[in-house]
Amino acid sequence: MLKITNLHAQVASDSGTKKILNGLTLEVGAGQVHAIMGPNGAGKSTLAYVLGGRPGYEVTEGSVTFMGQDLLALDPHERAAVGLFLGFQYPVEIPGVSNVQFLREALNAQRKYRGEEPLSGGEFLKLAKEKAGLLKMDMDMLKRPVNVGFSGGEKKRNEMVQMGILNPSFAILDETDSGLDIDALRVVGDGINAIMRDPAKGVLLITHYQRLLDYVQPDVVHILAKGRIVKSGGPELALELEREGYDTVMADA
Amino acid sequence: MPEAATLLPTTRDEDWRYADPDWLAAADPVVLAEWEEIAVLAGETRCNTCEVAPGVRRLRVSVSAGGRFDLFAVNATGPYARLEVEVALADGAHFEFGGVTIGGGDATQEFVTKVVHAEPNATSNQVVRAVQWGNSTGNFLGRIEVVKDAQKTDAAQNFRAILLNKGASANTKPELEIFADDVKCAHGAAIGELDPQIAFYMAARGLPPQAARKLQVHAFLADAFAAVGDDDLREKLLGIALDQLEEGAL
Repeated sequence: MLKITNLHAQVASDSGTKKILNGLTLEVGAGQVHAIMGPNGAGKSTLAYVLGGRPGYEVTEGSVTFMGQDLLALDPHERAAVGLFLGFQYPVEIPGVSNVQFLREALNAQRKYRGEEPLSGGEFLKLAKEKAGLLKMDMDMLKRPVNVGFSGGEKKRNEMVQMGILNPSFAILDETDSGLDIDALRVVGDGINAIMRDPAKGVLLITHYQRLLDYVQPDVVHILAKGRIVKSGGPELALELEREGYDTVMADA
Repeated sequence: MPEAATLLPTTRDEDWRYADPDWLAAADPVVLAEWEEIAVLAGETRCNTCEVAPGVRRLRVSVSAGGRFDLFAVNATGPYARLEVEVALADGAHFEFGGVTIGGGDATQEFVTKVVHAEPNATSNQVVRAVQWGNSTGNFLGRIEVVKDAQKTDAAQNFRAILLNKGASANTKPELEIFADDVKCAHGAAIGELDPQIAFYMAARGLPPQAARKLQVHAFLADAFAAVGDDDLREKLLGIALDQLEEGAL
């Protein structure tokens, strides 16, 4: 479904460009959940941003194919429209724009791109209510400006509500578990399962901790270090990491 | 002095320093000397809206005790469009001003206000938002005068501008002249660009750049008309402003 081959990427910053990804190769098939773990600075968020097409993140080598098409040739909004969802580690606040307005315009822009009819106001609200309920989010919050005044946990929950409404075929979730308390973690985990557990869908979960993986069972766990995958395994790899730390586990790699 | 009326202002005059000099040089001095007078009676509430036309329009408003004057204006034209408002507030009166300048090309668009808190207990609030592109300019010159006896005055003005490209500009000149000692006067100003983080977040949810920009500008401008009581009127004013955006900047 998502096939990343020998991906090299660099990030532009004030202090010059920095090479972050160094030949990353990874394939996630339909119906699968893959987790990516790795120490700080390994390139996990960079991978998410490169796949999302964030300006300033430049691919210098390699390819990414998403459902048979060249993902890197698409603009960020086109990537969303063909079914790719990027869950942000730090969801952005948009003062003055309500969640409902934002998501309705976003969903209808995606539908238009795909040649589908737009949803009416009533149809959209029904859908939004259903997905907010799934994530146990108060409908009043959906009427408030996007993420403004939301706690860290509420922002992450809102990301999952957005994912539910937009109904992507593939989700890249960048540390969606950080900032969540134990109850919220379970709600978000259940939400990911409800929305994305499907033979036709795929998920790439970027996380620091094993905990989320108790709720969202991965099929494959990868360790990312220094810009490439250094080890892959089953769910037991995450437990091993939690127990022994990156240094020990990667020493055997 | 009769000759005073025939003397054209120039950009050396403080109140005209950001004006369009070419327009001024060719202007009719008689037109520049004209003022429309509005009197808001004691206890009366009046709400005016205005789509600023090319040229100079001047309003002189007196608001009697306990009265309220609301003015909401869209300045979306060129080559030079200026709305100038002088308001005198009596005891307990209120003046609310929401203004938007929005334009491209070589347009110079400005609001110039002078709010005189002439008696105690009066309040005023002014919110101006500017969105400029091309080589256009958006200006807000806001003067607040609080006379010696005007205790318990509460006056605020806020200006923010977004420049969509290099070459566009915005100017603001807040002036506070306060002779009373028990007053609140607040002013704030900021000039910036559209937030690229918001732009990417919107794109990641599927909004094409044009739609994302429009949504961001809509949210930015909404502050200026937040005090409009009627939802339909507020959306109408925003619609007039955003239509301008569609033609040029996207």
